[in-house]
Amino acid sequence: MAKYDLKDDSVVVIIGSGAGGGTLANELCQKGFKVVLLEAGKHQSSATFVNDEWPAFKQLAWLDKRTTSGSWRVAKDFPNLPAWTCKTVGGTTTHWAGASLRFQEHEFKASSTYANVSGANLLDWPLTLAELEPYYAKAETKMGVTRTNDIPGLPGNNNFKVMYNGATRVGYQTVHTGRMAINSRPRDDRSACWQLGFCFQGCKSGAKWSTLYTEIPKAQKTGKLDLRAQAQVLQIIHDDSGKVTGVLYADKTGAHNVQRARIVCVAGNSIETARLLLNSHSSRFPDGLANSSGQVGRNYMRHTTGSVYGIFKQPVHMYRGTVMAGYIGDESKLDTKRGFAGGFEFETISLGLPFAAAFLNPGAWGRDYARQLEQFDHMAGMWIVGEDMPQETNRITLHPTEKDQYGLPIPNVHYDDHANDLAMRNYAFKRGADIYNAVGATETIAVPPYPSTHNLGTARMSEKPGDGVCNKWGQTHDIKNLFISDGSQFTTGGGENPTLTIVTLAIRQADYIAAESAKKNM
Amino acid sequence: MKRREFLKRGAIVAAGTAAAAASGVTVVGYAAGEAVKLAVFDQHEGATLLKMARQIFPHDRLNDSYYWKVVEDLDHEAAATPATAKLLHDGVASLDQAQAAKFVTLSPDEQVAVLTKIDTSPFFQKVQSTAIVSLYNNHDVWRQFGYPGASYPFGGYIHHGFNDLNWLPDPSETASPKPARG
Repeated sequence: MAKYDLKDDSVVVIIGSGAGGGTLANELCQKGFKVVLLEAGKHQSSATFVNDEWPAFKQLAWLDKRTTSGSWRVAKDFPNLPAWTCKTVGGTTTHWAGASLRFQEHEFKASSTYANVSGANLLDWPLTLAELEPYYAKAETKMGVTRTNDIPGLPGNNNFKVMYNGATRVGYQTVHTGRMAINSRPRDDRSACWQLGFCFQGCKSGAKWSTLYTEIPKAQKTGKLDLRAQAQVLQIIHDDSGKVTGVLYADKTGAHNVQRARIVCVAGNSIETARLLLNSHSSRFPDGLANSSGQVGRNYMRHTTGSVYGIFKQPVHMYRGTVMAGYIGDESKLDTKRGFAGGFEFETISLGLPFAAAFLNPGAWGRDYARQLEQFDHMAGMWIVGEDMPQETNRITLHPTEKDQYGLPIPNVHYDDHANDLAMRNYAFKRGADIYNAVGATETIAVPPYPSTHNLGTARMSEKPGDGVCNKWGQTHDIKNLFISDGSQFTTGGGENPTLTIVTLAIRQADYIAAESAKKNM
Repeated sequence: MKRREFLKRGAIVAAGTAAAAASGVTVVGYAAGEAVKLAVFDQHEGATLLKMARQIFPHDRLNDSYYWKVVEDLDHEAAATPATAKLLHDGVASLDQAQAAKFVTLSPDEQVAVLTKIDTSPFFQKVQSTAIVSLYNNHDVWRQFGYPGASYPFGGYIHHGFNDLNWLPDPSETASPKPARG
């Protein structure tokens, strides 16, 4: 493993080691770049993962305090936990479920396709599906996505059987075990899925793609990667010309270091990426870095989500096997006759008993709730994931008074549900219940959103510098050698789980950085 | 910090329960009341919090020992944080003042009615959030609810019933391919 000097200003610094940062690090190392990868969390492994929900949450989740505001129910149920993301090497790819769906063509043109959705700050992406297709293909190959590259689908578990039978009985056509970055057979020196049932707690078989044990060790093998765990970046530093020159970070002892850099790429997941840009304000950039548009932190998206659980007379044991074991694609289309713009998917989901008690109906108590929990092994579950509308006022801001352990303002996450989001969620709740009722559910439960796992849009791409933070390559409009490399760059959210698109954009960004460097444009 | 303490407590409860099970000490010992050593609460407060925890998550299949665990965890939190101790002392007093008779002597329906009126209060939410972890992160409770916990010790469910549901037809093989061999 490489070890670069703090004063070495020929390195690329990448902040965050998840889907965006971890992938970008490997891609750049493969091209011969010197990369310093700074990760705020500790280094775990399949061996140290704990398959027990609360301890695993404590081991992997980003638990630094955040505050919330807005009409979303998360602000009431989880006021200091707006997002369920990770602080660990590999980032949220340790926790993700593996669903890997391409965005659809029209989703890159949300503004022109959905026309005027009142109150939404819609914008077309400055790129098209056609431009991304070759990179989507590379990402699918890299991640070993099932149902691509002749990789068979995963076998469906009990939770999927219930979904499949219900969905086909109500007339859905596209129902299968999904496109998953989980090995259905051994591949890339990783085993096939053992159906452990703890995808959210870190995959102990390594069958599920995570940068922790794919991209990062591959990058290390090149001898070009300097991975520093427990390194919390506090500020991005620039010179008088406005170019970034490095980052200030606290190491695990709390000591402050400045790592010089020729290029800085930010991939801290949307809340932290925006917070870092805002916290990096200076006399030259009083509103934060790359924020001449005023859009940093704005247009925060989290997908329209919710879950439906069904209770059945006979056992299901939903917790056995892949968490996201099934997929229904029929509702992902554009069809405004349903009463909303955008589309959504149903995907199976399951929780263990500890999290079912905490998340099935936050705040609920009493005889009815206890009775539902007693039927835990007779439950099937599905998750709703759909496009939410970007709104300028849904945003990450710096808290006016509260500071973190480093003395920096903590983030506040403000989110108001848009009328379109509510219409989509209510429609999906109803259709989800129809699916379970079609196979004899004695009861269905509509579950409000969990803390956000898909955090998007806080430094969005735009054609014009005034509309967003970065261009189609993730390069900030204001600062040539500063890049956004995570889901923050999404112009709109699409209806699909975002990881595949984040990885796709990271591969493409690496090509761009290499090409621009060769042209001496950086 | 609060959240971390909350989670830490959960982990300790789980570890303690596992240790008790492993050493052959049965949790029934807690049910007698005097076996539960409370540092902060007196016996009446303990008994009141016990009834309250049971009304919040009433499972007839669980005996009082599981709910005493909730009281014990609240007692630990109160011992560590004076503000929590005050919140809980005052909360118990308010439950007793809600009706002419003390909370523990009320009928279950009356207890529920009292709790319904205060279920958005910090006192109620403290007891509820502690109970969620104390009860449902207890491995003995898992067994009674049919949740086995980690599956990697036996190699996951790939050969242990991940798809054994037989009251519905199997999906088509296109939708759900057979598991890979080997």
